[in-house]
Amino acid sequence: MLGVAVAFVVVPLALARMWARKFSPPKPGPDKNAVYECGLVSQGDAWIQFRPQYYLYAILFLVFDVEAIFLLPFAVAFGGLPVGASLAMLVFLLLLVEGLAWAWVKGVLNWR
Amino acid sequence: MDEGLRGELSRQGVFTATLEELYNWGRRNSIWPLQFGLACCAIEMIATTMARYDLARFGAEVFRPSPRQADLMIVSGTVTRKMAPQVVRLYNQMPEPKYVIAMGACAISGGPFKQGYNVLKGIDRYIPVDVYLPGCPPRPEALLHAFMTLQRRIDQQQLTGRNRPRHLDPDAPGEFPVPQYGAHDLEPPMNPDVWHPPSVARQS
Repeated sequence: MLGVAVAFVVVPLALARMWARKFSPPKPGPDKNAVYECGLVSQGDAWIQFRPQYYLYAILFLVFDVEAIFLLPFAVAFGGLPVGASLAMLVFLLLLVEGLAWAWVKGVLNWR
Repeated sequence: MDEGLRGELSRQGVFTATLEELYNWGRRNSIWPLQFGLACCAIEMIATTMARYDLARFGAEVFRPSPRQADLMIVSGTVTRKMAPQVVRLYNQMPEPKYVIAMGACAISGGPFKQGYNVLKGIDRYIPVDVYLPGCPPRPEALLHAFMTLQRRIDQQQLTGRNRPRHLDPDAPGEFPVPQYGAHDLEPPMNPDVWHPPSVARQS
């Protein structure tokens, strides 16, 4: 059964590779491999000075997105968890609540 | 395959196709154009993608913003000499197989602005064009017709043999030289491998 499953994946990929080798001759070129910039020639590096203000967005994303996803299974299994698991979740929650409280006090969540 | 045999089989519920037919059918029904509009014809191209003359029915579901993901370049609008190197560079950045529809009179031959000092007299001076679509601007139905013509051309492309298309031929070039915007004209003014203007045969 496992062999069939693996073959189900591997055989189409192998067929695709064989097709590509025969009917898709590679044609690299200097323009094709160049960086895309709306038809212009790119000049200079793309290494810009990274702005540290982006950490705010990272914290808010952690709180509002990643934590929310982790809270969903916690909510489903809320009634039947042992004490240790509840404590671990509480620690996780409090860490992120601290981040949220800090962002709130800093005034980042203010729309204006 | 014998057409009679094929008809007989299809009546019994057995459908046959060659690999070439399948390959071309897959390609023709999912041509993704490049988001490339230059002038007024671009407005008609946009109208073709909108509700009334939906181009998505034909497989051009999304217009790709990046040339790396596009199959088709609809050159819609006047190509100025300043823009010509960028057009050719974008064409070079598209992966094979790639097609070009020269939409509108300006892309075919310079159009109503042919006497302009900075107008490129037709994009087929530098890149090979598959379908020429006259009009100023061509109506959305005309662009749909050009798209269907391109689809019919793709259907007739062969996988092997002498007449196979450019993308299956490892010796055919995939890139075309990009002109430079010089002091008085583009250098070179045209690509002699690509541009074959009709020659006048004079009766002497």
